This record gives sequence, structure tokens and C-alpha cells, in this order.
Amino acid sequence: MPQVTYIEHDGTEHRIALEAGKSVMQGAVDNAIPGIDADCGGECACATCHVYVDEAWLAQCGTPGEQEASMLSFAATAAPNSRLSCQITMSPALDGLIVRMPEAQH
Amino acid sequence: MNAPVDLDHARIAATTPLDRLDPSNPALFRDDVWQPYFARLRREAPVHYCAESMFGPFWSISTYKDIMQCELAHKVLSSDSLHGGISIRDRDKALRLPMFIAMDPPQHDEQRKVVQPIVAPGNLAKLEHVIRERAIRILEGLPRNETFNWVDRVSIELTVSMLATLFDFPQEDRRKLSHWSDCATALPMPGGLIENEEQREAVFAEMLGAFMKLWNERVNADPRPDLISMLAHGEATRNMTPREFMGNLVLLIVGGNDTTRNSISGGVLFLNENPAEYNKLRANPALIETMVPEIIRYQTPLAHMRRTAVADFEIGGKTIRAGEKVVMWYISGNRDETAIEQPDRFIIDRARPRGHLSFGFGIHRCVGNRLAELQLKILWEEILRRFPRIEVVGRPERTYSAFVHGITNLPVRIPG
Repeated sequence: MPQVTYIEHDGTEHRIALEAGKSVMQGAVDNAIPGIDADCGGECACATCHVYVDEAWLAQCGTPGEQEASMLSFAATAAPNSRLSCQITMSPALDGLIVRMPEAQH
Repeated sequence: MNAPVDLDHARIAATTPLDRLDPSNPALFRDDVWQPYFARLRREAPVHYCAESMFGPFWSISTYKDIMQCELAHKVLSSDSLHGGISIRDRDKALRLPMFIAMDPPQHDEQRKVVQPIVAPGNLAKLEHVIRERAIRILEGLPRNETFNWVDRVSIELTVSMLATLFDFPQEDRRKLSHWSDCATALPMPGGLIENEEQREAVFAEMLGAFMKLWNERVNADPRPDLISMLAHGEATRNMTPREFMGNLVLLIVGGNDTTRNSISGGVLFLNENPAEYNKLRANPALIETMVPEIIRYQTPLAHMRRTAVADFEIGGKTIRAGEKVVMWYISGNRDETAIEQPDRFIIDRARPRGHLSFGFGIHRCVGNRLAELQLKILWEEILRRFPRIEVVGRPERTYSAFVHGITNLPVRIPG
């Protein structure tokens, strides 16, 4: 299975195997990785699964859709490499993906 | 156990012909008997048309999943005050109040972004010690072995002093904020807080006067991290008309007041109704973390948000026509058994307690949601440090409203 590394704001790393087809948010929730809240459960409706995608993986992850861009635009901690992890679907091409969490989800 | 639902209302809710069912009657919320009406809607008519009510005809959306669908359909379901805004009650067009919650993109987005930084993680961390200091002062001043109204002494006091801080509004005048908030949402009626719209406009004018003074001071000074300074200097807000400034003030005051206030009151009530949960909390104060969102779900301090269709909209096998009013009943979606396990129970250690609808979802999701949670969290930490028990000693009184789901009087006693 493809691997994802989540890095908490304090630097703690979590490396998990995530089945292709599942979202990067789901991987964090299923493995109880702190720092991703996912209040809306993956509907792209809250921006509490916000992550910074490692620059090396940015292109592979694609660009945010309109709704995702709207939600991200309200997050004070957003940066150019910000994504909502519920909108990144795991695939073999993303094996090795690295994402970092913001200071807090809001 | 929770108080049993009035049997008569269970019968009325079950036997009223569906097309005559009106879940918007404010008395249902004042009397706390709304539950069976929404249970029936969720079961039999999750997308329901009510042709006649004191608010005119409207559609009710009552299940979690359908509400989420509406929240994401902001292009078709408008929040614009031009169409009637965000609450079930229409306002006279001449009295419409533009505010960013009652706007659509792009203007909504631009104005929202001006105030958003006040609740960014860094700023919240700075507010934490202010909130704790206030909470301690309020709690230390409470009487022992004496009945008092928790809503007035704690819920209102903590939320208005917080709001005054966010606005950098004179603390000695903080009770004006709750008065203006109550006037903004009151249903006009004889003998009520507001008897007619002229009275409400007069209160708004007084509020605007007080805030214009602050605006004028701050617009000529360097930008500071308070809401008025942020609005006065913000690209998208510095040229607002006075009416727009008034609207946004009402939004920030009501948003920062009613909601947290009623969750603070609700928490005390729910723990008294559920002594086993209160015991769990005392045994393990770390459960405050999961209890706070559960309180906010269980109270649902705003019962609904309203939208207006600007094009035909298909949902749940029904077609909502352009121009029709759509009411998303958060209070019902938060009790939807298909989305939340045992939704009618107050359980302080749920696995994923933040998946409730009280803050809304989508682009209009509550700006202050983390600040609200922070206030509740700190208050409960300080309560548990001091009082082993807060006893509810009388029946709560509730707000006559289909919008603000509030508690106006909660008689309590702290043994000691």
C-alpha cells in the first residue's frame, strides 16, 4: 500500500500505509493522528483538515477545486501549498507523500 | 435521564396532517416541545413545505445529510439580505441590514476575511489568559447556598466581557452589548423587549452612535488587533456605508453573544439532567475537551439558518422553486439518528463530537467557532476547580424564538 507521512506542527512524524482511493484526511482520522480534525467528515465544508503539502508533491496532488479554494481562503494559516486533505485521494503515484499540519485547525 | 417530552405534543406532532405541520412556531422552542415535530419531519418529510406560518410559506430541511447539501449549494441558495437574509423572519426591504453573513460571494468573502484574523490560532492563544482571568473573577463572585440566575451572573457576564475585549469597547458599558444583541433578535410584540421595528431601529441607531465614536478614533490611528480597528482599516470594509457598518456590528454582537451564552447555560442544565455524565466529568476533567462540542450540539444555540433559492433547486426528490424560502433546521439535523448515534442523549465522551451542525458548514461556517469552544473550555476548567456541584433548582425559561435557541433564566444554587 502507498505510504503517507504526516508531520504535526511540533515536528512529530506519523508514517502510515493508506489504501489507494481513500482520502489523506481519512488516513489521519482512521489512525487517530492528532492535528487533523475533519469536522465535516470529508464534505469540503469546514477547512479543519488543512495540511501543507510538501513542495516535492505539490504538482502530483493537483490543484484545489473552487469550493476547496473558498474554504481555504478563510483559514488564516493558509499558504500557497495548502490543501484540504479530504480532497487529496491516495493513489500509487502519491506513494511517499509528505504533508504537514498547521498550528491549529479552525 | 432527559425530561420526557410533553405527551400531548407527541400526539399533536404525530396526528397533525403533514401539510399543516408548522415547525417554526416560536412557542415550540419556548416550551421545549419541538423534538417530536422534527422527528416526524425527518422520518416522513425531510424536505417539507409549510404553506402557512407566521413567517409566510417556507421549506424545511431537517436531516443532517440534506442540510449539508444545502450548505454546499451557496450558488443557488442565497444568503443575501436582498432576498431576505439568513433567518426565517423577513424584514421590510427598507430596513434590510447588509452584513457579511447575509451576503453571497464575492462580497461575503472579502468582508469575512477582514475580521477572520481575530480568531486565528495565534490570537486565540493570546486571548486565553484574558478569558481565564474573567472566568475566575466571575466564578469567585458567585454566592453560596443561595438561588441565582446562572444566565445573568455567568453566561451573559462572560460573553459580554469577552465581546467588549474583541471590540476594545469600554468594559463598564459591556451590558449594552447584550441589550443590543437581545434587541436585534427579539420578535416584536406588545409588551416585549421590542414592540415594533421603529423601536428596534432606534436601538440600532444608539448602537451605531456608540461604535461610530470608536471607529472615528481608530480610523485615524495605527491599525490595532480589535474588530473595530480591523474594519476601519480593512480594504473591503473601510468604505462601508453606515448601514453596512451597523449590519456587521449586529452580526458580530449577536454572533459573539447569544450563541456562547446559551451554550454556557445549556451545559449546566444538561449535566443536571444527566447526573451520570456529571459524575464522569468530575472523575475525569479531561473530558471537558469532548464535552464542549457535545454541549454545543445538544443546545444548538441557533435553531436554523435560512436561505432563498435564486434558481430551481432539486433536493430529496422535491423541487424548490426560485424565490422560495429554505430553512435548514440545525436543531433537527443535530438530532438525526442516521448521522449521529443516540442523538437524543447527552454524552460527554463521544468519539467524534465535533461533527455537529451548530456552527453551520460551507462558506458561512461560524467565524468564531474556536473562540466559542475556548470560552466554554476555560469556564468549565475553572468551574471544576471550585464547585463540586452546581444545582439547577427550578425550571429553565426559554427564548420565544425559532432562531435563537436560548435560555433566559436558569435558577441554580451552589452548595458550600
